[in-house]
Amino acid sequence: MTPESAQALQKLGFGCVIETGAGLAAGFSDDAYRAAGVEIAPSAASVWAGADVIVKVRPPEPSEVALLSPGKTLISFFYPAQNKELLEAAKATGSNVIAMDMVPRISRAQKMDALSSMANIAGYRAVIEAGGNFGRFFTGQVTAAGKVPPAKVLVIGAGVAGLAAIGTATSLGAITYAFDVRPEVAEQIESMGAEFVYLDFADGQGAGQQDGAATGGYAAPSSPEFREKQLAKFRELAPQIDIVITTALIPGREAPKLWLEDMVALMKPGSVVVDLAAERGGNCDLTVPDQKVVSPNGVTIVGYTDFPSRMAAQASTLYATNIRHMLSDLTPGKDGVLVHNMDDDVIRGATVTHRGDITYPPPPPKIQAIAAQKPKEKVKELTPEEKRAAEVAAFKAQTKSQGILLFVATALLLVVGAVAPASFMSHFVVFVLACFVGFQVIWNVSHSLHTPLMAVTNAVSGIVILGALLQVGSSHWLVVTLSALSVLVATINIVGGFLVTRRMLAMFQKS
Amino acid sequence: MTIGIVSAAYISAAVLFILSLGGLSGQESAKRAVWYGIVGMALAVVATISGPGVGNWFIILLMIAGGSVLGAYVASRVQMTEMPQLVAALHSFVGLAAVFIGFNAHIEAANIAGMDETARSALSGFAGILAHKTPVELGIMKVEVFLGVFIGAVTFTGSVVAFGKLAGKVDGKAKKLPGGHFLNAAAAILSLLLLLMYANGAGAWTLIVMTLLAFFIGYHLIMGIGGADMPVVVSMLNSYSGWAAAAIGFTLGNDLLIVTGALVGSSGAILSYIMCKAMNRSFISVILGGFGGTTGPAMEISGEQIAIDADGVASALNDADSVIIVPGYGMAVAQAQQSVSELTRKLRAAGKTVRFAIHPVAGRLPGHMNVLLAEARVPYDIVMEMDEINEDFPSTDVVIVIGSNDIVNPAAQEDPNSPIAGMPVLEVWKAKQVFVSKRGQGTGYSGIENPLFYKDKTRMFYGDAKKSIDQLLPMIS
Repeated sequence: MTPESAQALQKLGFGCVIETGAGLAAGFSDDAYRAAGVEIAPSAASVWAGADVIVKVRPPEPSEVALLSPGKTLISFFYPAQNKELLEAAKATGSNVIAMDMVPRISRAQKMDALSSMANIAGYRAVIEAGGNFGRFFTGQVTAAGKVPPAKVLVIGAGVAGLAAIGTATSLGAITYAFDVRPEVAEQIESMGAEFVYLDFADGQGAGQQDGAATGGYAAPSSPEFREKQLAKFRELAPQIDIVITTALIPGREAPKLWLEDMVALMKPGSVVVDLAAERGGNCDLTVPDQKVVSPNGVTIVGYTDFPSRMAAQASTLYATNIRHMLSDLTPGKDGVLVHNMDDDVIRGATVTHRGDITYPPPPPKIQAIAAQKPKEKVKELTPEEKRAAEVAAFKAQTKSQGILLFVATALLLVVGAVAPASFMSHFVVFVLACFVGFQVIWNVSHSLHTPLMAVTNAVSGIVILGALLQVGSSHWLVVTLSALSVLVATINIVGGFLVTRRMLAMFQKS
Repeated sequence: MTIGIVSAAYISAAVLFILSLGGLSGQESAKRAVWYGIVGMALAVVATISGPGVGNWFIILLMIAGGSVLGAYVASRVQMTEMPQLVAALHSFVGLAAVFIGFNAHIEAANIAGMDETARSALSGFAGILAHKTPVELGIMKVEVFLGVFIGAVTFTGSVVAFGKLAGKVDGKAKKLPGGHFLNAAAAILSLLLLLMYANGAGAWTLIVMTLLAFFIGYHLIMGIGGADMPVVVSMLNSYSGWAAAAIGFTLGNDLLIVTGALVGSSGAILSYIMCKAMNRSFISVILGGFGGTTGPAMEISGEQIAIDADGVASALNDADSVIIVPGYGMAVAQAQQSVSELTRKLRAAGKTVRFAIHPVAGRLPGHMNVLLAEARVPYDIVMEMDEINEDFPSTDVVIVIGSNDIVNPAAQEDPNSPIAGMPVLEVWKAKQVFVSKRGQGTGYSGIENPLFYKDKTRMFYGDAKKSIDQLLPMIS
């Protein structure tokens, strides 16, 4: 809770209590909380005793769970998959527990997705930590004191943390590569400015990299062959990479080992590996959780597990906002009364114990996290022979249709010619030829010039003036009047049409 | 001038016209092409006037002078957004002239039929040509006159209605009298009967009745076509006016008229065909008016239209690297092209890639948007056609849709039941962000809901296009 979010919570009808000194590490004094109307409790125990809804960050200690009672609600990270006993204990108290780490990954729940908030911070901090332990610039420079090559950063796992790390590294000027087992994130990676590392498979790029949409946007374990390819690629990259940031996690499992000892050995001295998966065993062989170690060949391996806490102010603000959104979803009446709507996908998903029942694991959400990727249609590469055959076939079909057309047209003309007198036929030949010429000419007119084309053809169709001119010399008064009128309107058409075309064309200009 | 020299001049004029149309294949050569057309026309007119058998010089000069002044006046005053109306209005003139000339031919023929042999041989010019026709030739001539008048009359009323619709003087919605196309068909069949009677010697009344029927067909045909199909209608009328000229050419035995009429007629027909292909519609269904019946319920659209204000759009534009602007008829209506051009200039000055995506049927005239943008001094090399730019949308940060609707409707690809299913559209929804500048929540000319407006990354920027863009301008850094 921050003083700011406390005010928002009060608007929802809650009274706020905070343990004294709880905000100090994040830079919020008790006085700041008091000013926001928050009651300061002398100890954690008094908070547990006095509050109906208890919010904390880390999973509760068993002793804390004992303080819960029916009707109380605990909101915190819980990791129900790993903490079975804790879950049983919480169930026994009859209280409701909402696990912030279980918030489903759907669009609507993003505002309370604390995992993403924390991962975002971790990704950012990982690059900063790496920079602190890396003896060179990130960005390449050409200075009077010599040329500095840019640092090369490899990010493994392009989840929220990975993407945040990519963004931070590229904005510092490093050349960033990123790898993920889900090929569909390649676009996201490229949008952040990094290069996606494809694996080379015989049957085309990226094949075998799996479709992650089915698993709610998280990665799933990969096949042994795939893993082999992956490691081979990393081994190939290792010598040229200065900084490796690993973020690969599979929900509910140990972190996969992706950066092996021999890869660390291949790296240049002074390089840095930051392992964001250290809490769950680490992606790197040499990672020691919560410690920074240096390998025999001078590569620093950072295994901190508390990246968000290292940016307490930021982490607190984001977590407080996530909590506030969660609470506002829980109190639709804005009256300080929790309504535990178990039909709501988000609330149902996050709740792990409810009125003495274990409600973990939740049923799959009704809305899919990510729309399933449509299988890409493969355009079959034609062999040269097939192409040739297709061309020949097309040519033959064209010849055939043209031949038939010509035959029919000629037959028609012959019929006309058999009946009509010679004087008509000579005009008719001209007419047909002109149609043909017009047909050939117009196909080439550029699309953007269609309006000028209309104006020009319109002006040109004013050629009917010739007819009127030929008739105006008549001796009949009506003929003279009508043809005079025709000359008038046809002239308007001709002059207007040409002038307006010229006006239009004069406007077309190159940049 | 002898008939030989006149013929030579006609040949040159015909060649010049062909060069003129062919020259429109590129922006630069087009500027020369207009001159070809002008010279060709001048040559044709001068040769005809100074040729044998033309009298009443005074009237000719007076009328040409009057027509030139009026034409020049109209051409210099017209706004570029009013181009569709102007073109339609000019077509109606050609149609009217064709009707008059056809009648003249009839009157002249009737006149000559009453003369005796000596008077006939004394005739010169057009009357002379008529006087020397054999009975078979006269029969053919009657058919030609009839056709010329028919096409001319349809062109005339059709163009007048199209003008009214485009100028907003007539309601743009498709309207049909009870009976629909049966009325047209009946009128056409009646005209055919009249043709037979006329060819067999019935009097002038058949011609007059037919003209009235043709007037009705032209009116009713175009009234039944919705505003969104106007590009096709205008180019179709263009084609008709050409055929009318060609028919007149047959009547008068004038090869230049035939050649030019055929050129214009076929060019208009091809243009209509290209338009129809761009809309994935058959030519027949456009001509018969309205969209084909839907085959099933339209796909349901979920979500809501989310509005955004100028601040939001401006900040997104300031953050974007690549921007594509999709203009439509709404931009023309709001006269927003200058503001859009200014926006483009500012964005380009800020180092962003700005391009325009033009759908083949955007606007109310083929190539309408290109002309408007050119008027506003948008360089034509950043104005792209649909095929050139459609693949670039996924890599584009911001797309601004200004007053277009159906041409960016994803239903064309996603909903097989949509009336516009299969029509090629600009795939704006593939871009990272889409802003739609639109007056209100209404549907487009075709009256189809647009799922684009409900997509997550779409924001609606309501308001008059010009005002909206003007609001943006000071906020672009």
